[in-house]
Amino acid sequence: MDAILFFLFATITVICAINMVLQRHPISSALSLIGVMGSLAVLYLLLGGEFIAMAQLIVYSGAIMVLFLFVIMLLNSGAEPKRSRHKILLFLGAPLLVILLGVIGYFIQGQIPAQEMVKFGSWESGPGKPAFGSPQNVGMSLFTSYLLPFEITSVLILIAILGAIVLARKEID
Amino acid sequence: MDFMILSLIKLGLVLFIFMTALAYIQWIERKVIAHVQLRVGPKRVGPHGLLQPLADVIKLITKEGMVPSHVHPVFYYLAPFVAVFFALIPISFIPFGQANVKIPFTDITTNMELTDLNIGLLLILGLSGMGVYGIALAGWASNNKYSLIGGLRSSAQMISYELPMALALVSPLLMLNTVSLRELVNGQEGFYFNVIPRWTIFLMPAPQIFSFIIFMIAGFAETNRVPFDLPEAENELVAGFHVEYASMKFAAFFMAEYANMVTVCSVATLLFLGGWHPIVVPGIGNWIPALVHIGGGAICLYHGLVQPARKWDNITLPVFGVAFIGAGLLFAIPIVQELLAPVFWFTAKLLILLFVFIWVRATLPRFRYDQLMRFAWLFMFPLALVNLLITGLLVAATTN
Amino acid sequence: MPTSELEKYFPVLVMAVIAAVMAASLTILSSVLGKRSKSPQKDTPYECGMAPTGDARDRFSIKFYLVAMIFILLDIEAVFLYPWAVVYRQLKWFAFFEMLLFIALVLVGYFYIWKKGALDWAIPERPRKAGPKTGTNLYREAA
Repeated sequence: MDAILFFLFATITVICAINMVLQRHPISSALSLIGVMGSLAVLYLLLGGEFIAMAQLIVYSGAIMVLFLFVIMLLNSGAEPKRSRHKILLFLGAPLLVILLGVIGYFIQGQIPAQEMVKFGSWESGPGKPAFGSPQNVGMSLFTSYLLPFEITSVLILIAILGAIVLARKEID
Repeated sequence: MDFMILSLIKLGLVLFIFMTALAYIQWIERKVIAHVQLRVGPKRVGPHGLLQPLADVIKLITKEGMVPSHVHPVFYYLAPFVAVFFALIPISFIPFGQANVKIPFTDITTNMELTDLNIGLLLILGLSGMGVYGIALAGWASNNKYSLIGGLRSSAQMISYELPMALALVSPLLMLNTVSLRELVNGQEGFYFNVIPRWTIFLMPAPQIFSFIIFMIAGFAETNRVPFDLPEAENELVAGFHVEYASMKFAAFFMAEYANMVTVCSVATLLFLGGWHPIVVPGIGNWIPALVHIGGGAICLYHGLVQPARKWDNITLPVFGVAFIGAGLLFAIPIVQELLAPVFWFTAKLLILLFVFIWVRATLPRFRYDQLMRFAWLFMFPLALVNLLITGLLVAATTN
Repeated sequence: MPTSELEKYFPVLVMAVIAAVMAASLTILSSVLGKRSKSPQKDTPYECGMAPTGDARDRFSIKFYLVAMIFILLDIEAVFLYPWAVVYRQLKWFAFFEMLLFIALVLVGYFYIWKKGALDWAIPERPRKAGPKTGTNLYREAA
């Protein structure tokens, strides 16, 4: 059951990602990207990362993609013109793609210990024992072990805010 | 019984009630606004216009499903789909009654919910954030100036109010320390001095009245209701993002709006108003559902038999009265009381909040757009943040 | 009772499927059941009876774009608040001062945005020209 769900959402992710590249209309691409983000959230959930899944949904699908959509609407860019492609490029590209995937697959294969299977959806919780990816667990490690990275995040946000204002300054003044 | 089979049965039941309720919230809204404005409201279709929702649905479905040639056809269809899709999902994990209820005459125990997620509250936030896309897409796909401005305004408004909403939701969590909706309600059980319920808005050390108000205001903005219905602003944008929509596609946006209203009110009930916990101590509190129903029935009987105002009232109102009194007597039976009284309390609080939504619509004028944005960013956001810090201070000072 | 944590999500999955079917049928049904008739008037964008001019998809104010950008940044802050809130009672003052520092830094950015006027949507008022205010003049000023 878990494996079926994984393959279902993994397929959706990959199809959305390919669609994002192939679509010529920028809004179609943006919507495909939302699909990718959404199904990635489900994949995190299958692995037990409940909080990460929700953060993905809220921040990526809910906030960042709104900005993408706004920018596309703001620029009012229409569909890309269809470029003429040489047949040779296709013949050259397809084998190269296969080789690339093969190489990536080979290295990933080398990294994973062969015995340990990935467990989907087998995380457990009980009273007094928060699950692995639950907000309680994430909070505990974020605010004790990883305190410095967390505080530095606020500096990053501050810098990003300044950057946003500087970018838009001419229009505001 | 197997969890999956049981939840399918419950899902069917909840879905039926929810869809009927959605249709009738619209009827209630029209009736209430009509009475506020000294009109009668729908009354032709069925007694008191009760069949009006059904008539509306049939009318809308058989209307011409027009797709103007200037729109982008795919996104034009996708927009109402997205709006309805994300609005309907939250009901599948909102609890509405106590846990481990034994169903009479069987040996099944179940929870009064479809499911309870560890991160229920966050999922609601995430899904409400996805609602932006339906409106933004509708505005853009329609290829109409009014639609585009309406869609953009609405999206900017929704994301602006999502921040105070998210911040307002955090403050009660500081005291209850969970994001599971059921555990949130469990943390609000009991009474102070046997009088004041321990709901979050009264909960010591930091009563969350401000965050409740901020959440409700943000809820109005998130669901695009008056006084935040800028995207629809009839007088300037005719109908905003759905100018170019007709037939059931048009109604889909309203369905999404009403479903979102129910979600917002449910969250407010669960998080701030103690969910299914009664408002008075159980000794007396157990009899209130029965009394409310019998009282309602008595009013119906009085108006039907003694003072019939309109033509058929002497027939229809007594029927309603008898039905209400029957329901009231049902609530007097101990087994039923135990089973349904919490559901009654939850529904009652939910309906009161929904009534507030309708009441506000009948009362308040609309914001101007710059006022709306300034209110969100320069008032609601700092207020929510200050409220959060004060709550944190009080909780940290009193926890040992 | 659900047997595993993942099984808790089963009703949500079923609901998502039902919601998809319902939403699809709502959007498509009237195209199937309703009558069809085309006319050139129906096909023009609705602009209160005026003949539409120009493209609807015009460029719009940069403020929308800026609001979306600021929203992302503050939303990230809001998401951090949730794991903080659920462990608050365990960490108490430590958690409080951690978050105080975090919020203080973000607030510096917030006040910067505020002072730069990025949150102000009103059109800045132009200094009025001195002169007799007659009806026609007022109209011209408004335009």
